[in-house]
Amino acid sequence: MSDAPKRPRPQPTPETKFFWEGCARGELLLQKDNVTGKCYFPPRPFVPGTGSTDISIVKASGKGRLYSYVINHRPPPGFTAPYAIAVVELDEGVRMMTNIVDCPQTPEALVLDMPVEVTFEKIDDEISLPLFRPAKG
Amino acid sequence: MLKPREIAVVGAAETTSLGKIPGMSNIQLHADCALNAIRDAGLKVSDIDGIACAGESPTNVAHYLGIVPKYVDGTGVGGCSFMIHVRHAAAAISAGLCKTVLITHGESGNSRIGLNRPAPNPQALAGQFEAPYGPFGPPTMFTIPVLRYLKTYGLTEEHLAMVAVIQREWSSKNTRASMRDLTTVEGVLGSRMIAYPFRLLMCCLVTDGGGALILTSADRAKDFPNKPVYILGTGESVETPMISQMRDFTSSAAFKVAGPTAMNAAGIKHSDVDHLMIYDAFAHLPLYGLEDLGFCKPGEAAHYIWERNTAPGGKLPLNTNGGGLSYTHTGMYGMFALQESVRQMRGTADAQIKGAKVSVCHGVGGMFAASGTIVFGNE
Repeated sequence: MSDAPKRPRPQPTPETKFFWEGCARGELLLQKDNVTGKCYFPPRPFVPGTGSTDISIVKASGKGRLYSYVINHRPPPGFTAPYAIAVVELDEGVRMMTNIVDCPQTPEALVLDMPVEVTFEKIDDEISLPLFRPAKG
Repeated sequence: MLKPREIAVVGAAETTSLGKIPGMSNIQLHADCALNAIRDAGLKVSDIDGIACAGESPTNVAHYLGIVPKYVDGTGVGGCSFMIHVRHAAAAISAGLCKTVLITHGESGNSRIGLNRPAPNPQALAGQFEAPYGPFGPPTMFTIPVLRYLKTYGLTEEHLAMVAVIQREWSSKNTRASMRDLTTVEGVLGSRMIAYPFRLLMCCLVTDGGGALILTSADRAKDFPNKPVYILGTGESVETPMISQMRDFTSSAAFKVAGPTAMNAAGIKHSDVDHLMIYDAFAHLPLYGLEDLGFCKPGEAAHYIWERNTAPGGKLPLNTNGGGLSYTHTGMYGMFALQESVRQMRGTADAQIKGAKVSVCHGVGGMFAASGTIVFGNE
């Protein structure tokens, strides 16, 4: 085992466990409001704004676009600068923070609205982080 | 409903020093400015019957000062907590809960002596869905929406840089400002890269300091040594603890509640505003503030600043102390914006706007997480 610093590890809660279990299987899961058909994020067992519990869990396409980002030049432990801290907007309409991999970490390569797709980085048996890379084809 | 001019600020002071204060702990910074404000108001410690603060619990501050108050407010939603304290204190005094409220801010942000900052929680939503991706404090979080904002409105890094340039023009007139040398767009863009597109000079300072306010009912205010500064209107709101979950990356939902609520309560139009403070932890905040408070249409604030409307001599003087970018920024800057509004309304600011009668002071908390707005007047 390496003692090198690692990125902060999320700790699932009862309300988010399904999401992390999905990631561990390579599936990006979202919750959907059955009344409006809209997805929401981050996980909670009711629809924000209405409180409705008429929801379902759906598998997201894993496709989206690069919505915004910064390129950090002052890395915390576990990261090597420069690296982008990004927000992607999924085709299902929700946004999430992530990192963009398989891509130079430069303003020239990181073009807003470029198509991206999910890929998972295994941290341990419980946690795989959803990251995104430029979409292929 | 709280009416305009029902409550007044009768005491206001910052810590004796600002910037680097290695000789004082966090709680002592609260006490230093509190005692300065009590002296400024011509009061005794025992006259204070309400305590509000953030960064320390009101218990700590009350105990340290030796007060057992009738009213406490520990609202802690980041740097605009103090605007919200003003709002709550005004309502409490109006409702008869207490008579004289002391609001304190002290933060050993640079020297970090006795500083209270919670450790990140890996079970919180932000701990699960943001922290793993390597944001490292406000410079890498507060800034995330900006590339989307710039693209939406066809703006450039030069527009962001100009915000910092003009605030240096203001700070150069302030003897207590940390950074007083004038700069240029090229100078800002040439400063060290922190988190693209943000350079060092687009980011706030990291200092030690504090400030305190004393509020009481306006009918008592004439008995105090300083010109009373009246509360005309107030507003507050919160949106999200996660920057990635802002509803709109080009606008703050909390700003759009707090700002208009305060201005409507004051019964003022934008053209009535003589002086404006918009909390500027980073160079984009004045752009969002000008637009969300309705001083500019969406996408027009950068041009408004570029055309020198907010600069010395312009029609809407903005951040006249130099702001968090150049005056001081301890971590929770909102108290310093309030202090500058009060100085402008008293007529005692270093960069005094002649004849100013109405000042709007708009704060942000966390990273677009919260907001508070106060409208002050001196008539």
